[in-house]
Amino acid sequence: MLSAARVPGIVEAVRGTLRRELLLAYRRRGDVINPLVFALIVVTLFPLGIGPEPGVLRAIAPGLVWVVALLSCLLSADRLFRDDYLDGTLQQLLLSPQPAYFMVMAKVLAHWLVAGLPVALIAPLLGGMLALPAGGYGPLVASLLLGTASLSTIGAIGAALTVGLKRGGVLVALIVLPLYIPILIFGSGAVVAGCDGLPYSGHLAVLGALTLLAVVLAPLAIGGALRINMDD
Amino acid sequence: MSEFSIEARGVSCERDQRLLLDGVNCAVGPGEVLQIAGANGSGKTTLLRILVGISTAYEGQVLWCGQPIAAAAGQYYSQLLYLGHNPGVTLTLSALENLRWYFQLNQIVADQRMREALAALGLDGYEDVPAYRMSAGQQRRIALARLLISDAPLWILDEPFTAIDRGGVQELEQLICRHARQGGAVILTTHHALNLDVPFDRLELAGAPC
Repeated sequence: MLSAARVPGIVEAVRGTLRRELLLAYRRRGDVINPLVFALIVVTLFPLGIGPEPGVLRAIAPGLVWVVALLSCLLSADRLFRDDYLDGTLQQLLLSPQPAYFMVMAKVLAHWLVAGLPVALIAPLLGGMLALPAGGYGPLVASLLLGTASLSTIGAIGAALTVGLKRGGVLVALIVLPLYIPILIFGSGAVVAGCDGLPYSGHLAVLGALTLLAVVLAPLAIGGALRINMDD
Repeated sequence: MSEFSIEARGVSCERDQRLLLDGVNCAVGPGEVLQIAGANGSGKTTLLRILVGISTAYEGQVLWCGQPIAAAAGQYYSQLLYLGHNPGVTLTLSALENLRWYFQLNQIVADQRMREALAALGLDGYEDVPAYRMSAGQQRRIALARLLISDAPLWILDEPFTAIDRGGVQELEQLICRHARQGGAVILTTHHALNLDVPFDRLELAGAPC
């Protein structure tokens, strides 16, 4: 006889989804590495284009590394939900007894682990290529660690909104880039302050607050956007 | 088995300025099988999508145990197994990895039971092969393995016989009969003439005129 199904708890479901996403990222290693290579190449282009004077590069380094990190996160955000949408996995996810909020959060967390975190970790290298002053490295890594989390989360909103389209690429950028502005301002602001030897904890605090807000609220928007795209 | 019911009351749906479903009524309870038939484009898949709550652009009511499905979503989805056109088999993952993730969301199941289900569907030896290396029928069978494992009483299956060979069709028909005898319910769409040992209803969708 059939008995009432025992539904796994949220923790189990989140862990399962996280494991699945990381496994998929591992199987598609190229997709993880390419945005990092992209960041490296773009940063290489600037000294070639503007000239290698350390004075000039030093002045633009904080903003530049941040913009490159932002674009590299954006590059990988587009595919966040597309494969799952096409093969019907997303449908199964929304029709499971688990709350979409936490499932979406697990997917975004996985994206941050494979896209945002590596960018934050190679940031010192990018800074070095642009002659970033010594005081800038600490705030650079700290601000990127905090900031990339909201970049992933906000990028996921764009990805969810465009998941039903055949090619979302540019549209995702148009939706998401304006939303990245506050994060960019406070992130690069922290690095500039660090370079000038000023305290930068205020910038990080604001960045942390923005990230917290994004992480808590965005899953609602993402879940809603995914539902709308299913419903056609 | 507890009592349950899924019921559509006067469901109408317009698609591209055409009335696709016009006041469809159907209800399914324990032990019942309902086949939804109709020509291509008559709205079979649309009706199923409305029944599971993916599609919300309709008029009328869909009730789970007398409650609108939107209100009873958590309860409803823990009792529902839905196989859509794209059944949610990730090609980069192996058969076992696919099942594992599905059941981590839906039901606590031991790995051993998943291996047994895959073996019963002729996929033994393929547990750890990535799904993209399998044939369309084998990929479909990964999704069908959920039927063997799941305890969900309500199955909603959209063209479950697609890409399945003749032997597989018979197995699946037996599976549906067994499920109904155990007090489960099945709603399915198919073009294939169902050959079941249990009585079943047929809902013919007219495919409203233009």
